[in-house]
Amino acid sequence: MGELKQLSIFAENKPGRLEKITRVLAEAGINILAVSISSSVDFGVIKFIVDKPEKAREILRENGFTVSLNPVLAIELVDAPGGLHSVASILYKCNVNIENAHVFVQEGRDKAYLIVEVEDVEEAKKSLSGELLKFY
Amino acid sequence: MIWDQKAECMPHKEREELQLERLKRIVKYAYDNVPFYKKRFKEAKVKPEHIQGLKDIQKLPFTEKADLREGYPFGMFAVPRKDIVEVHTSSGTTGKPVVAGYTRNDIDLWSEAMARALTMAGTSRDEIIQNCYGYGLFTGGLGVHYGAQRIGATVVPISAGQTKRQIQIMVDFGTTILTSTPSYALYLAESAEEEGLSKRVKLKAGVFGAEMWTERMREELEKRFRLHALNIYGLTEIIGPGVAQECMEKSGLHIAEDLFFPEVVSPDNLEPLAEGEKGELVITTLTREGMPMIRFRTKDLTSLTRGKCKCGRTLVKMSRITGRSDDMLKIRGVIVFPSSIEKALLAVKGVEPHYQIIITRPHHLDEIEVQVEVSQKMFSDEVRRIEETRKNIEDSIEAEIGLRVKVTLVEPKSLPRSEGKAKRVIDKRAL
Repeated sequence: MGELKQLSIFAENKPGRLEKITRVLAEAGINILAVSISSSVDFGVIKFIVDKPEKAREILRENGFTVSLNPVLAIELVDAPGGLHSVASILYKCNVNIENAHVFVQEGRDKAYLIVEVEDVEEAKKSLSGELLKFY
Repeated sequence: MIWDQKAECMPHKEREELQLERLKRIVKYAYDNVPFYKKRFKEAKVKPEHIQGLKDIQKLPFTEKADLREGYPFGMFAVPRKDIVEVHTSSGTTGKPVVAGYTRNDIDLWSEAMARALTMAGTSRDEIIQNCYGYGLFTGGLGVHYGAQRIGATVVPISAGQTKRQIQIMVDFGTTILTSTPSYALYLAESAEEEGLSKRVKLKAGVFGAEMWTERMREELEKRFRLHALNIYGLTEIIGPGVAQECMEKSGLHIAEDLFFPEVVSPDNLEPLAEGEKGELVITTLTREGMPMIRFRTKDLTSLTRGKCKCGRTLVKMSRITGRSDDMLKIRGVIVFPSSIEKALLAVKGVEPHYQIIITRPHHLDEIEVQVEVSQKMFSDEVRRIEETRKNIEDSIEAEIGLRVKVTLVEPKSLPRSEGKAKRVIDKRAL
């Protein structure tokens, strides 16, 4: 079971923030594999799956951003009707509560993963062990 | 109209004699009855006998808000507690409030001072006063009330709030004098216009105070309500409202100087300033029994002008307050120190002291926004968690200052840094 880490960055709700963050990442030669944005009234948290997470965190901090790097579950999705449903059924059966989720396509585009943010990744992995799930 | 012709129009020389006589008496009284003053006088090596002329007041030590807090609750009283018939506290909620105690004679003194003030605004027995100052521990409500009762005017003790009802009453009762904060008066004016009732409002004058305001606001209030908008000044430490009031000349506030002796000193070295020079107002209560104040530093910035006014009064005039010599703010009439906001911020886990306080007056009511930089410790990958922290900061500030503020989280290093003292407060109210 491989581990995938997701970058979270604090951003004010104003134009140009995503532009600035992605510019920093682009200039550092970091490839973004997935992005999701969740926002409140005045601020948001921008999340990335990137190829070099540690380096990305370092470079963003150097540029003054508030960043954290957290483990997430990455569950392979079958490219067929019912693909997401089968994963969701297992998560439900094992009582894994989803805080946030989005989809990430692997470099080379051959596989897609459901990124699942949960309260406790280790705990969730334990609950899901023995299930027919493929992790990143 | 003049309430107390003798006291308000007395020749300057004659008043100085009266002031000196009262000053000598109050200084000795304070020295004999308040341990705080005895101690301070001794430290400054002065005795009541050293007061031989009015200028000798400059030998006496100053009294500050912090001294009053130190004496909380009754340490500044000059009489046994049983002789105090009423207490008030200043509107600030930081730590210990300032307690003011009044004997029956002090209530009488306050009623007289307020009767003078309200009369300057044209109040007689024929008028109906709608008093929107808050009743309770705040001195505004009862101060106006006592003055109105002394005159025999009809007072409507409504306090602030319930704006629609305020306007209905104003129209139905035929209110002629409005007493409120200027910002609340503007809000009332706007609401009256919205209700289509402006034309039926019969106000003649407004007695506005408890916060800083401007000539521009005066124009606005006079235009909207077709009244005389007059400035009133006072503070809990001295008595409450009624220390000074503008007459219809609208060229400064007459200080009831036979009761409250004014000085203006330089905020830098506390040296006395000449007439017309702007500095910090210092007041000594000349007749107050329950809690005499000797050279109290108001920290309000103003200047004094002498000379007989067209209204007939010889009382010295102070200019409209234009600022403070400390960083005290008044938000919706409530005293707020930026330092208490900082204290509340830092009480929340993970918050770093990178913040800015922005004050605006969007709809004639003050609002505070506190911008706080998100630190690594406050950050979470979950919006919900960050939102919780943001709310915790709002709650913490509310518990400290007594006002709900809006907290906005901003990115690290996005607030301006300065080399010396950080500029924490941005006041956009155009005061």
